[in-house]
Amino acid sequence: MTGGRIWALHLAVLVALLAAGLLLPGYHSTNLARILVLATFALGYNLAFGYTGLLSLGHAMFFAAGMYGAGLPAWHWGWEAGPALLTGAAAGGLLALLAGSLALRTAGVSFMIVTLMFAQAFALSLLYFSDWTGGDDGFAVPTTARLVFGHALSADVPRFLAAWGVFALGLVIALALVCSRFGRVMVALRENEERARMLGINPYRAKLQVLVISGIYSGVAGAAYALLFGYVGSSFASIQYSILPMLYVLLGGAGTVLGGVIGAAGIFYLTEWATALTSAWLFLVGLALVVLVLFLPKGVLGWVRAKLWRNLP
Amino acid sequence: MLELKGIRAGYGAVTVLQGVDFTAKSGEVTCIMGRNGAGKTTLLKTIMGLVAPRAGEITLEGAVISGLPAHQVPGRGLAWVPQGRRLFGPLTVAENLEIGGLLGGHKPQVKERVLELFPRLRERLNQQASTLSGGEQQMLAIARGLCLEPKVLLLDEPTEGLQPSMIALIRDSVLQLKATGVAVVLVEQRVEAVLQMADQVAFMAQGAIRAMVVAQQLSPNAPEFAEFVGV
Repeated sequence: MTGGRIWALHLAVLVALLAAGLLLPGYHSTNLARILVLATFALGYNLAFGYTGLLSLGHAMFFAAGMYGAGLPAWHWGWEAGPALLTGAAAGGLLALLAGSLALRTAGVSFMIVTLMFAQAFALSLLYFSDWTGGDDGFAVPTTARLVFGHALSADVPRFLAAWGVFALGLVIALALVCSRFGRVMVALRENEERARMLGINPYRAKLQVLVISGIYSGVAGAAYALLFGYVGSSFASIQYSILPMLYVLLGGAGTVLGGVIGAAGIFYLTEWATALTSAWLFLVGLALVVLVLFLPKGVLGWVRAKLWRNLP
Repeated sequence: MLELKGIRAGYGAVTVLQGVDFTAKSGEVTCIMGRNGAGKTTLLKTIMGLVAPRAGEITLEGAVISGLPAHQVPGRGLAWVPQGRRLFGPLTVAENLEIGGLLGGHKPQVKERVLELFPRLRERLNQQASTLSGGEQQMLAIARGLCLEPKVLLLDEPTEGLQPSMIALIRDSVLQLKATGVAVVLVEQRVEAVLQMADQVAFMAQGAIRAMVVAQQLSPNAPEFAEFVGV
């Protein structure tokens, strides 16, 4: 697959998503907006895990940092959506820099545990400083902060368009990144860190750069979630939100740019379907995932890449 | 010129290299031979900074390189092609070469020179590295190292597991490199290959260089091969 065809495919997917969001009824349009925000989170997670091999259990912290980074200034000081989104992105990137500069001195399982430890400490801090963060109850983002060019983000169409815009920008940047020389470095680090080092690559610095980029993606996703759906809560800092992007990526295909959105949509509708059937919905979700792992161990696009498009990024 | 003086190195409580003195000159091929466990690969890893020396000094053209972080060693002019090739399998030939050229700023003339040395790779530029044959993978591993424009090239058993025609190709490319002034340090177990390529042969045993012999003075039946390699 040439570079032109790769870009054409990804842009076609973006156009198809835009058309679906505008043509579908309000309920599904809102679902799609939520999926695209979570897919942006997955894009960031995939850069770290799928491309660079950094298996993190701390991404809930970056997502929640973005959520609180956007929500708190809006709640306390009446900030508008634009600056709040930027603050959220910066919060995700800054925490990734701080946590990563320590966690990346470890590798493998140790890295996973250290990132989990950071995320748990962050989640507990949100509860400890409840006077300021809203504690366990969280808080609603003021409607005055949920305006873009005079359009309320609580309405279906503006909300979907904002979610699509965030995802589209994230997808284009991610694709450009993985197709660049830095993208090759990421894959080299995943495949054989010692070999990459012997070609003059500083693994610590390169992995920290990736983690910060991944943190910014997560922060943007968290901020967008807060602004589009109007709620900020400490549950988004729980381990569940570190595992979810991992599931999205594994289902969609680790190390594929479009894998995150396929995984996010798959898990979202799988959960919807299972909760409608039974209160033991987690059992059904788990069962479906076991089946997927058995038959598509590399995820949907991992299978496509192995069988059809070997160069699919 | 690469020079090692009194290098001691090892892992944990085990000291593998027991005071290695060794010199590799520009435009020469220096072969290192020895039985399994003699310390050959540890020696290469120590030169590349992956194993920290406990004593001694490594210099390249007079500048001390021992003690540098491993990722800074290639920038000083050393390239290591490890045993087993260790390519980035999912990346194409061109992308593997691209990573090799990161330090050198991707000079087109360097890539061109490398592809002239290994024309077969030019035909495979867009092929995934993992799908190449064993000989082609070895060529790519060497080519990727050469993209660093090294003054010293360390090759760890480059002919291992290859068919005779591929061994001949690798041998010819090593001799061409030598002619360009690169110092080649070659870990090799095949006596025939050593005699065809080497200018000097270092025989290792129990973590030290026990004999340093000019290759022209060696025959296939030389006692050093029986004593230090067991052939």
